[in-house]
Amino acid sequence: MTTLKKALFSFALLLLVVAAASGQGTRKLPEMTIKTLDGREFQTSSIANDGKPFVISFWATWCRPCLKELNAIAEIYDEWQEMGFKLVAIATDDARTRANILPMVNGRGWEYEFYYDENGDLRRAMGVNMVPHTFIVNGNGEIVSQHTSFADGMEWDMFEKLKKLLQE
Amino acid sequence: MKAIVRKSIGVLIAVLCITQYGHTQDLLPGLRVWGNFQVDAQYYMSDTLIDAPDVPEKIGMNAFANLNLAYENLTIGFRYESYQLPLQGFDSRFRGSGIPYRFASWTQDNLEITVGNFYDQYGNGLVLRSYVEPNLGLDNSLDGVRMLYRPVEGITLRTLIGDQRLYFDKGPGIVRGADAEANLNQLLPALAESPNQLTLGLSGVSKFQRDQDPLFNLPENVAAFAGRLNYSRGAFNINTEYAWKSQDPSAENRMIYKYGEALVMSASYSVSGFGLLLSGKRIDNMGFRSNRNAVANDLHINYLPAMTRQHVYSLTGMYPYATQPNGEMGALAELTFRLPRQSLLGGPYGTTIVVNTSVANSILREALNDTLPVGQPGTDGYTSAFFALGDEKYFQDFNVEINRRFTRNLRGSFTYMNLYYNQNVIEGKQLPDEDKIVKAHIFVADMTLRLPNRQSLRWELQHLATQQDKGSWAMALLEYNRAPHWFFALSNQYNYGNDDSDKRIHYFMVNAGYSQNANRFSLGWGRQRAGIVCIGGVCRVVPASYGFTLSVTSSF
Repeated sequence: MTTLKKALFSFALLLLVVAAASGQGTRKLPEMTIKTLDGREFQTSSIANDGKPFVISFWATWCRPCLKELNAIAEIYDEWQEMGFKLVAIATDDARTRANILPMVNGRGWEYEFYYDENGDLRRAMGVNMVPHTFIVNGNGEIVSQHTSFADGMEWDMFEKLKKLLQE
Repeated sequence: MKAIVRKSIGVLIAVLCITQYGHTQDLLPGLRVWGNFQVDAQYYMSDTLIDAPDVPEKIGMNAFANLNLAYENLTIGFRYESYQLPLQGFDSRFRGSGIPYRFASWTQDNLEITVGNFYDQYGNGLVLRSYVEPNLGLDNSLDGVRMLYRPVEGITLRTLIGDQRLYFDKGPGIVRGADAEANLNQLLPALAESPNQLTLGLSGVSKFQRDQDPLFNLPENVAAFAGRLNYSRGAFNINTEYAWKSQDPSAENRMIYKYGEALVMSASYSVSGFGLLLSGKRIDNMGFRSNRNAVANDLHINYLPAMTRQHVYSLTGMYPYATQPNGEMGALAELTFRLPRQSLLGGPYGTTIVVNTSVANSILREALNDTLPVGQPGTDGYTSAFFALGDEKYFQDFNVEINRRFTRNLRGSFTYMNLYYNQNVIEGKQLPDEDKIVKAHIFVADMTLRLPNRQSLRWELQHLATQQDKGSWAMALLEYNRAPHWFFALSNQYNYGNDDSDKRIHYFMVNAGYSQNANRFSLGWGRQRAGIVCIGGVCRVVPASYGFTLSVTSSF
């Protein structure tokens, strides 16, 4: 029985690998319902940027590297906006810190597009384990790259990737 | 277990076959595959100086991988977990490997159905929150059926039934729940353009567990209800929730029959450059688990958020608060403001200041009558007036954080924290009154210097001054980053103020890491002090250790 189980499991894994390999290039954003910061339901299928590339960043109010990332991008956000890029920030705070989201977003004067992933559905649907976790999405709404963690200077890497995507 | 594995594999194969046959020309178009992987391993070396427990196996490892497939409206996925000796500080019942999480879910005309394992949260979680936090070894996912229906825009109805994960097993109780939420502005066309945004929610959760107690007549069904409201208008936002729970004698509340209650509320006002948050809460006998005998972090059905700031530095996070489900009252205030750039105080690049304070206190408990002591098992335990404070302070924190950019390349963050921490209540110690409170002043300076070619240097200096517990600590950290790939860090925590001169120990640590897109590798070597790791007010005790650590995370 155990052998059969192992065989089936390996087979399933193999199929997954095949599926993963053939699924490349079709990394559309998952369709989920999340919330706006004032409590309205929002469909992730509406996240778009008029055919231009953009960034989705998962963050939390208690996560220091996340704040570093959002602050660093804020400093060059004028340049991003001039090129038509934007950042969509998805807050992953739980009930303990959710009330901090609005005062922090406004208090720091960030001008991104903010949503709240209340039940963690979007986080799970995008494979986000830890924050910050950032995705770069092309003009067709396909995820082209992602990275976890933040170090000073990475805002420029993202900017360059976005510019490259715009040229493609 | 075998049956579960076979069934989930069956579903997987079926889906893949269908998709294969459907599109022979273009292999599986529209199929989305994603997942992630994390492994944390440690090689333990003996160190009697820091009382690191002896680990005969030498190596501990926690690992998991999530694999998910989505095709049109169907999503299936599973998580494989392996603990080839759980890391120190994780429950030994994790020992082993398996697939404790697998599910299939599909959506059809606004109805979403999930079978298998799932996570859900109603409102703030006061009556239901199932979630996973691998870094705490916490996963109370439900295994059963969940339905979510959106009959019209603005209304969400949810219901679920299942039993809860307990390591590689299940808890003995059954959890049933339902929740309705309405966003009035989306529901009622007349309010669509209203500046007043209002969301209302109602939830009910019950659990069933057989009564086999020889002594007490225990309720086999326990119900909890909650109502919530979120209101916002322009810069104002109010969020509040009240929950009530029927009689539920348990190991946690020491077998009292009192009903439970919880109230959380927060109000904020924020405009660009200014944010103010005020929060308050009261919790009374609100522990809710699917096994009345469960302790520690096992089988929680609900979540009672701690209303204190979540600190992230080593020394500010040394004495974290954990919610007291049997009773507490708490409040928090936080002010965030930005001094504009080019102003006298703001400097050339602007300055952000955060002032935060919070307190947690006991509730007033009065004896039921002259003959019964407070908390007598088998009785209602006590009476408690809703707004009456008890006489024991559990925790208090006042902190100020200043973030400032000095030059184009140099920025700093400075924190002062004043702490009051009741070890007997929070850690369950039994110290005499004169020793139980830790009072500390903590300073942190965190500086970052940007260097050419996306390099940066970051250093932290921290100091914790206290006469109590292990005495004062000093810490220094130096980190070199080369974005986007490399980091290297050295740190030392020195317990120089320990009363016992043999315990004035240096906890040095060396870390290096490499990340490439969504892959991240890090290696460490050194001593880890005994402490408490907390995420969201839920905590895990970590013993001291010495050795090498390896972490790899990957997402695709």
